[in-house]
Amino acid sequence: MYTFSSRLKTFSFVLMILGVLGIGYSFFTAPKTVEDVEKILAADSHHGGHGSHEGHAHEITTGEANATEVHGQDATEHAIHDKIEHKENLEKHVTGSHEVDSVGQPAHDTAHAEPVVAAHGATDHHADEALTGAGHNDAHHEHLEHVLHQLQNKPWAAVYVAAIFFMLISLGALAFYAIQNAAQAGWSPVLFRVMEGISAYLIPGAIIFFVLLLLGVFHVHHLFIWMDPEVVAEDHLIQGKSGYLNATFFIIRAVIFLGGWILYRQYARKNSLLQDDANDNLYYKKNFKAAATFLVFFIVSESIMSWDWIMSVDPHWYSTLFGWYVFASFFVSGITAIAMVTLYLKAKGYLEFVNTSHIHDLAKFMFGISVFWTYLWFSQFMLMWYADIPEEVTYFVTRIEHYNLPFFGMVVMNFVLPVIILINTDFKRLSWIVVLAGIIILCGHYIDFYNMIMPATVGDQWFIGAGEIGAILFFFGLFIFVVFTSLTKAPLLAKHNPYIEESKHFHY
Amino acid sequence: MTNKVIHVLYNDDDILMDAVKKTRAAHHHIEEVYTPFPVHGLDKAMGLAPTRLAICSFLYGCVGLTVATAMLNYIMINDWPQDIGGKPSFSFIQNMPAFVPVMFEMTVFFAAHLMVITFYMRSKLWPFKEAENPDVRTTDDHFLIEVAAHGNVDEMVSFFENTGAVEVKVIEKH
Repeated sequence: MYTFSSRLKTFSFVLMILGVLGIGYSFFTAPKTVEDVEKILAADSHHGGHGSHEGHAHEITTGEANATEVHGQDATEHAIHDKIEHKENLEKHVTGSHEVDSVGQPAHDTAHAEPVVAAHGATDHHADEALTGAGHNDAHHEHLEHVLHQLQNKPWAAVYVAAIFFMLISLGALAFYAIQNAAQAGWSPVLFRVMEGISAYLIPGAIIFFVLLLLGVFHVHHLFIWMDPEVVAEDHLIQGKSGYLNATFFIIRAVIFLGGWILYRQYARKNSLLQDDANDNLYYKKNFKAAATFLVFFIVSESIMSWDWIMSVDPHWYSTLFGWYVFASFFVSGITAIAMVTLYLKAKGYLEFVNTSHIHDLAKFMFGISVFWTYLWFSQFMLMWYADIPEEVTYFVTRIEHYNLPFFGMVVMNFVLPVIILINTDFKRLSWIVVLAGIIILCGHYIDFYNMIMPATVGDQWFIGAGEIGAILFFFGLFIFVVFTSLTKAPLLAKHNPYIEESKHFHY
Repeated sequence: MTNKVIHVLYNDDDILMDAVKKTRAAHHHIEEVYTPFPVHGLDKAMGLAPTRLAICSFLYGCVGLTVATAMLNYIMINDWPQDIGGKPSFSFIQNMPAFVPVMFEMTVFFAAHLMVITFYMRSKLWPFKEAENPDVRTTDDHFLIEVAAHGNVDEMVSFFENTGAVEVKVIEKH
């Protein structure tokens, strides 16, 4: 039997407390009103202006570029915005930041002044042409409100990404467990208790995540803009999808999926424990059938889940292989989590029968599924990049422009590094190499989920700060606590599994 | 000077494995083992060095990737950068997604084919190559160990007869 070391328990509590503090801080510092946003934006450009003249000139250029980009995003997010008005308020915004700057920075060169003058000219021109002074202020106000919504979404989105990421890690481990059962794998039964332990997090994880979805439905947060009746009223595309994207059906689906996964997890765990004391293979057979049934349910529910909880934050965008792509991402994370928990327990001397061949097999799965993820990532990206159909490609345009480093950085972390590190057979048997690769893969796939959620919810206001790190720490602490508590509940070697002898002597 | 070898025949791979271990323990030098199918763990029992074909393959793959990249960069970007359907041909990185399928296939192509050719060359296999098996039964259901005969040949023969061999022959090899 495994005993939860008090140091690890303390560590998990420390993580949770730090996490709660981080999350609380990010909620506390999120702007409440439009005036707050105005101050933040003013402070931002003030800051940039003091860096250097060049830096400031760059600031303005990006500001102007943002006008078009944010406008592109507008189409996906806030269809209520009018084209001219929006452009207008961005120009006004540039002007505004210049005024703030000229106060704090008396000596600026001509190159610096010129674009501002141009911006002024454009503003005046537009003002003469189309808008009254009052309308102009309204547009500016609307822009500030847009940024306000993004900044208010930020702490929620941080919690949402971490919650779904850790929940899906345990779901990935559960899917791997089901596959091992259904495939009658001979190598893995010594790892079954580890997988069952990791999948234990599915229950608290799913409950927290479900509460987050409910909060969205009750308009506590606004991560899903299709839940906002005002947006839907103006948006014909979302109206066309409202037969599927409506709060009632959304919650019913969530209940079925989360409930189905938890049901399988509990049933399989129960049978696995009963098999320990059994004289025949009845419970093993039950688990075999349950695993096969679950896998059918899983692949359908997983696909729909990815549309509901991830793709629907961008309700104007769609991709057919998205379900597979999300699956590959959390499946490889789940396998990595299994490998890392196994290595931890092995290092503590709890897994007598686990040898380097088991680790080697897990590392091969980490390697293979990482490549599979990349294949899907690239297939999705390249097909849309190649065809360049505007309604599809905006998804990647916003990511490449505003999330350049995370977007391409995750390809390095999820593909290049694992391939280079894990291609060598000898390396796959070394604990520290597998742990190193595992950390890279898990961080990379967190960023993957970050890239899926953030651009639609916080746009270019993203930052990995207190809220994001706090949310990761909190869920990581909870994950450790739940998983290792569950591991103490049963012996770490499944007895009387028909394949357990083969697994004990597995070598590759 | 004549070169004597002993051919020891077995009809079971488990007995063969045992015999190989005993032979190694008795410090007789195994020249070669002929089997009709791969015997798992035989190379380890014989103490053969691990193959380096995988390393070759990795390097060949790197060559393939380099060839594909250089070729596409020269043709599509440097030599005649046409506008084909609006694809950006100003720099390699801008049009790279379109090249990835070729780069991937070339990597696999080079890695696979050059590794196979390396295998043929290292194991001296080619069409019209004269077959080297010392006893036709080794391609069907018998296993054969070829041991260099030094010193007391009679003692060696009796040693191998005790390892479960079905047949022990002393052969003059030229």
